[in-house]
Amino acid sequence: MGRYIPSTPSEQQEMLRSIGLDDFRALYQDVPGEMYLEQGLDIPSGMSELEVGRTVSAMAADNTVFSTVLRGAGAYDHYIPSIVKYIPAKEEFLTAYTPYQAELSQGILQSIFEYQTMICALTGMDVSNASVYDGATAAAEAAAMCRDRKRRVTLISAAAHPDTINTVKTYCYGTNDELRIVPVKDGRTDAAALKKMLCAGDVASFYVQQPNFFGLFEDAEELGRIAHEAGAMYIMGCNPIALAIMKTPAECGADVAVGEGQPLGMPISYGGPYLGFMATTAKHMRKLPGRIVGQTVDSHGERCFVLSLQAREQHIRREKASSNICSNEALCALTAGVYMAAMGPEGMRDAARQSMAKAHYLAKELCKINGVSMRYSGEFFHEFLLDMPKIPEVLQALETQGILGGLPFDGGVLWCATEKAPREVLDKAVAIVKEVLSK
Amino acid sequence: MKLIFEKSVKGRGCSILPTCDVDMAPLSDALSRKSELKLPEMSETDISRHYTELCKRVHGVNCGFYPLGSCTMKYNPRIDEEMAALKGFTAVHPLAPEYSVKGCKEVLDTARKYLCEISGMDGMTFQPAAGAHGEFTGVLLIKQYHDSRNDKKRTKIIVPDSAHGTNPATAAMCGYQVVNIPSAENGCVDIAALKAALGDDTAGLMLTNPNTVGIFDENILEITRLVHEAGGLCYYDGANLNAIMGVVRPGDMGFDCIHMNLHKTFATPHGGGGPGAGAVGCKDFLKDFLPSSAIMGGSGIQVRSFMGNFLVVVRALTYIMTLGKEGIPEAAKNAVLNANYLMRAIQGTFEPAFDRICMHEFVLDLSKFKEETGVSALDVAKSLIDRGIHPPTMYFPLIVHEALMLEPTETESRDTLDDAAEAFRSLYELAHEDPEYMRTAPHNAQIGRPDEVQAARSPILRWREA
Repeated sequence: MGRYIPSTPSEQQEMLRSIGLDDFRALYQDVPGEMYLEQGLDIPSGMSELEVGRTVSAMAADNTVFSTVLRGAGAYDHYIPSIVKYIPAKEEFLTAYTPYQAELSQGILQSIFEYQTMICALTGMDVSNASVYDGATAAAEAAAMCRDRKRRVTLISAAAHPDTINTVKTYCYGTNDELRIVPVKDGRTDAAALKKMLCAGDVASFYVQQPNFFGLFEDAEELGRIAHEAGAMYIMGCNPIALAIMKTPAECGADVAVGEGQPLGMPISYGGPYLGFMATTAKHMRKLPGRIVGQTVDSHGERCFVLSLQAREQHIRREKASSNICSNEALCALTAGVYMAAMGPEGMRDAARQSMAKAHYLAKELCKINGVSMRYSGEFFHEFLLDMPKIPEVLQALETQGILGGLPFDGGVLWCATEKAPREVLDKAVAIVKEVLSK
Repeated sequence: MKLIFEKSVKGRGCSILPTCDVDMAPLSDALSRKSELKLPEMSETDISRHYTELCKRVHGVNCGFYPLGSCTMKYNPRIDEEMAALKGFTAVHPLAPEYSVKGCKEVLDTARKYLCEISGMDGMTFQPAAGAHGEFTGVLLIKQYHDSRNDKKRTKIIVPDSAHGTNPATAAMCGYQVVNIPSAENGCVDIAALKAALGDDTAGLMLTNPNTVGIFDENILEITRLVHEAGGLCYYDGANLNAIMGVVRPGDMGFDCIHMNLHKTFATPHGGGGPGAGAVGCKDFLKDFLPSSAIMGGSGIQVRSFMGNFLVVVRALTYIMTLGKEGIPEAAKNAVLNANYLMRAIQGTFEPAFDRICMHEFVLDLSKFKEETGVSALDVAKSLIDRGIHPPTMYFPLIVHEALMLEPTETESRDTLDDAAEAFRSLYELAHEDPEYMRTAPHNAQIGRPDEVQAARSPILRWREA
């Protein structure tokens, strides 16, 4: 069996004797005898490193790794620069705790301060927190921070990611608050319906995803205007790669900008770890939940960084805190920071433009095939919903050729392309679809 | 040191992407970004050096002793990292077809089976991303349970005053009123106070056992029985599971649901504050209330997208398989042994708040020491930095004044513990000889004490161009 205990059995006995005990059982004298596990656990015996490596690798090998992924829906397969994999793997970054002790944690604190600055640059907002668990929880935390005594209702566009909607709904269930879903018209949030739903005056905030779940760009500025006219706060959930080229939440008048940070250098990894980014205006700074790193000076007057504005948090305010969150996704925030540094402003724009170009190319080529058509019209980013026949057969044919096709959704297929797919692979995918549909 | 933005040079960059091989699809002006994207412009050398410099300004478990109480800073095995980096896991899309994700399912099913056995639970979810997130999920199980029985009168959650701040904050996030009950003198649940708090408005109790002062509550069976008799459910905060895994199970103590911190007990790295995983287990009768993912076809509650922090589960499973049925309890027992050994080695200078056998951690009460020397728990903590030791948890739990909480974990050797005890003893003497020196510690760290008041009063939360 494997073990990570340095003490040898004889050292352990000496240590026990030095504290006046005969055996390990004596350490557990407060544990009622009837519940002490005399028989031990019903799990297999331990393994050496070589064996466990072999066993877990075999599990990984049981998965199918597709060489091309044309599926998004909340998990985006972008290229990850090599350096982005190496830096977060450094042992100090990996094994440190939350940076409570600033004197021993300047590296982590500064990396978060830099991350916060980059998120502000990306979103145009004034203040970012140190990150939260993922994009869905960021949306839920944003909805919570927008509520006050009078305005409790949250509105969310039906064109948001289903997991985001369901997560926000669950957080609302927790605090006994209401979530109402704004319907979709032609693939976009129905602005007229939104207007009506805001009439009651009890709405705290409205959440829209940009680009939305179907890949379409919403008229985010107009939706923001409608929300603000009714006195509600405006939350935008944004794709961080698209932010390099699309109108920022700040430019659209958002009060809170959130999003799933996974595309910023994190592999898709069967759903996690991911990263929730969250930023707001200076006005709402003190309502922002989660960890925030601030700049200050040390006893020598030198610049340094600390966890700041802690009066908002649970370890001070207990049940009066705005959230129970007491960590972030620090290593993922570091990853995102390294990614944005490696890409730089030009590389970020390039990744966004190329993803968009490839998706448009794929859409155009697929739509040339008989029976294939776009469900919705209008500008889209790197995802699009197609209506097509023989969906299971098409996807299966692609998979046997190492291509994970789009996601079957609502009777159609939601496709996604990123900068990663070269043209010849897209052409190959189109040819396979064409062949299946011509049969 | 300089910020990454201060090292940026216009026109620098890395060559990452090829030229686009299809026609561009420009975004209309109405949708296009107007403001400049001010990200750093760096060569790859610049980036590598910058982060290496940052890395040198971090104390990790790999750097030295890290006895941060309640955080279980045990060694993070490298093989776990290697397994989590396998392409067979990292390149898998969460919405890929069933047949193609058999390995991921096997990881989740195996981890679920082992962790259910370790905790004494019947069902489990890996969706919560952290301990506090697991608490939220667990208390939502309790809420759904009462709702499903149309039992609307249960509006209160009982939390001992020794609890971590996340417990009351979680109860509030679940719409419950928090009833704080005082602890008995030994830090355990005051049975009389519990009885007085219980009633037909009790939704549940949130409890850590061993508790936050590192003592196993010997009345645990009576406590859970009393809560159940009142119609409430018992939630186990798994923060301190490392003391008892493989020795005694929360399920056998009478708890109905539990969260476990895979990043503490099961050796996955803390990453400077995440990603972790707060696996939530429950008894059979609560299984239907576990969360799921809407996009993956689920119809239940949901606390995060998809299935949670999958790669953290890979690491934890690798760890559990390595230790196995013998290694799991052996780790717990040595964690408890190391804590008792260190407590006794320090005793005589700094005194434990409770002079009895402890579990995996213990609390020092420095109030008398502070009266004598004017040196506070904070000063001692900061002075430890100069001796290469990460400070213990300070001023927690709130029921002990001038508290320092130490949790050495099982992965430290006797030599490390002896050295740490020696450091404590020498600081005790130093405090009597030169208290001023300790009040201004650390003296050899990368920075002196930060001005936190200024940070809060005039917040600077991002870099701005001068």
